[in-house]
Amino acid sequence: MKTIYKVEDLSKEYDGKEVLKVEDFDLFQGEIFGLVGPSGAGKSTLLRLLDFLEPPTSGVIKFKGQEYHQTKEPGLDIKRKITTVFQEPALLKTTVWKNITYPLKIRGIPIKGELKSELENLITDLSLWELKDQRADKLSGGEAQRVAVARALIFKPEVLFLDEPTSNLDPTNISIIENKIKQYGKRTGKTVLVVTHNIFQAKRLTDRVGLLHRGEFIEIKERDNFFNSPDNKLTQKFLAGDLLP
Amino acid sequence: MHTLIQGFREAIKLLISLDPELLQIISVSFRVTGTALFVSVLIGVPLGTVLGLVDFPGKKIITALLYTGMGLPPVVVGLFVFIMFSASGPFGSLGWLFTTRSIVVAQTILALPLVTSFVMTSVLSIDIALIRQMKSLGTSRKQLLWTVIKEARLGAVVAMAAGYGAVISEVGAVMLVGGNIAGKTRVLTTAIMLETRQGRFGFALALGIILLLIAFITNMIMMKFQHREIK
Ligand SMILES: Nc1ncnc2c1ncn2[C@@H]1O[C@H](COP(=O)(O)OP(=O)(O)O)[C@@H](O)[C@H]1O
Ligand SMILES: [Mg+2]
Repeated sequence: MKTIYKVEDLSKEYDGKEVLKVEDFDLFQGEIFGLVGPSGAGKSTLLRLLDFLEPPTSGVIKFKGQEYHQTKEPGLDIKRKITTVFQEPALLKTTVWKNITYPLKIRGIPIKGELKSELENLITDLSLWELKDQRADKLSGGEAQRVAVARALIFKPEVLFLDEPTSNLDPTNISIIENKIKQYGKRTGKTVLVVTHNIFQAKRLTDRVGLLHRGEFIEIKERDNFFNSPDNKLTQKFLAGDLLP
Repeated sequence: MHTLIQGFREAIKLLISLDPELLQIISVSFRVTGTALFVSVLIGVPLGTVLGLVDFPGKKIITALLYTGMGLPPVVVGLFVFIMFSASGPFGSLGWLFTTRSIVVAQTILALPLVTSFVMTSVLSIDIALIRQMKSLGTSRKQLLWTVIKEARLGAVVAMAAGYGAVISEVGAVMLVGGNIAGKTRVLTTAIMLETRQGRFGFALALGIILLLIAFITNMIMMKFQHREIK
């Protein structure tokens, strides 16, 4: 399998405290990876580093063969291939339509032809068609997160990160969003990494799963092996629903 | 009481008949303050946005200066501009003293801190998570700046209304640097002073009504937008 990300000796410190320490980690092109772990494990921090929103304290992030580190971040054209959907949808104070098309606008991509029908399909798939002219600050939590997902997918990022995207949502919204994520990963061959604290969600969505604990990867395995035959005691504990030390 | 009613009647008459002298003063006032506000917005909106968005060494000092600037006594600003543009001052050769240009400069100095700090405050109120999200979606620095300005637009409108209202009703600095020359640098506030001293209460009141109207309208704008922001 082709790796799209390769991480080596990655470390992140806040106020001198190391919160992330990943010796090596590969993300394969076209896979859906599930990142699980207790709260405070460093999952969101890892995502911020991989999305190049913050520089690492030390170590290397290789993206598509290029090396980046604390003082070398990728250019805008590279950054534009990656995006994150956060737990809280952060929308602009404008219409749903303008929020969803924002990434196209900043890239100078005109909405016409095939893209236009793709956009319409995306909006329909996420049950947003009736809402498209509404102001985004009037939406419910589930509607807003669906807008955030549509906004992330419209420009077809090569890597899509999702940080607990459905934590605050009801089953209907969870199902709409999960279907769309799965479809994106499977049909387009793009790479997806989803952070979740919901083990069932990881089972439903992913090809591979990794457990992060206190900033370090404890175990990374194919999905079924991860859930059925975990090697590490901590993984077994985590899957059993026990609190980790 | 009689004088007041008399004056009020006369004021209404002047306003309805669109008295040319009155219109002239109003137009100078609007033009001068409009220009000062335009310059303040041109500098203050980007400056306030950057101050709200970016951390850099010396930011605390600039912010402190800004707040000091908001409390500057207008007369002192007038004095400062007067010295700058007086014949022996560094900009004396421009010949701006006792023209509307020096009034624009004085009013800009008064409005700029106001506009800048209002914009800064509304940019600061934008969620850090939104800024992170915009970056993750691939904004360039310029695009991010522009998006943030648009997000803070309500604050910016309030800033402009506040700046306009404050500056058009100022008298001390304008009197000093403009000289209250009839048909040239006479504005609403300086005209009111003069006409009152000369006993032309009707004329002064007519000008006063215009000023009150402007204050009322700017306050309405501020309230409307601040209200919407809260909702
Ligand atoms: N900006 C920050 N400043 C200081 N500490 C932080 C910051 N971001 C995260 N941390 C700390 O890093 C650790 C990992 O946080 P996070 O990555 O959010 O964990 P997770 O997403 O797995 O819950 C936590 O102890 C958290 O307090
Ligand atoms: Mg997190």
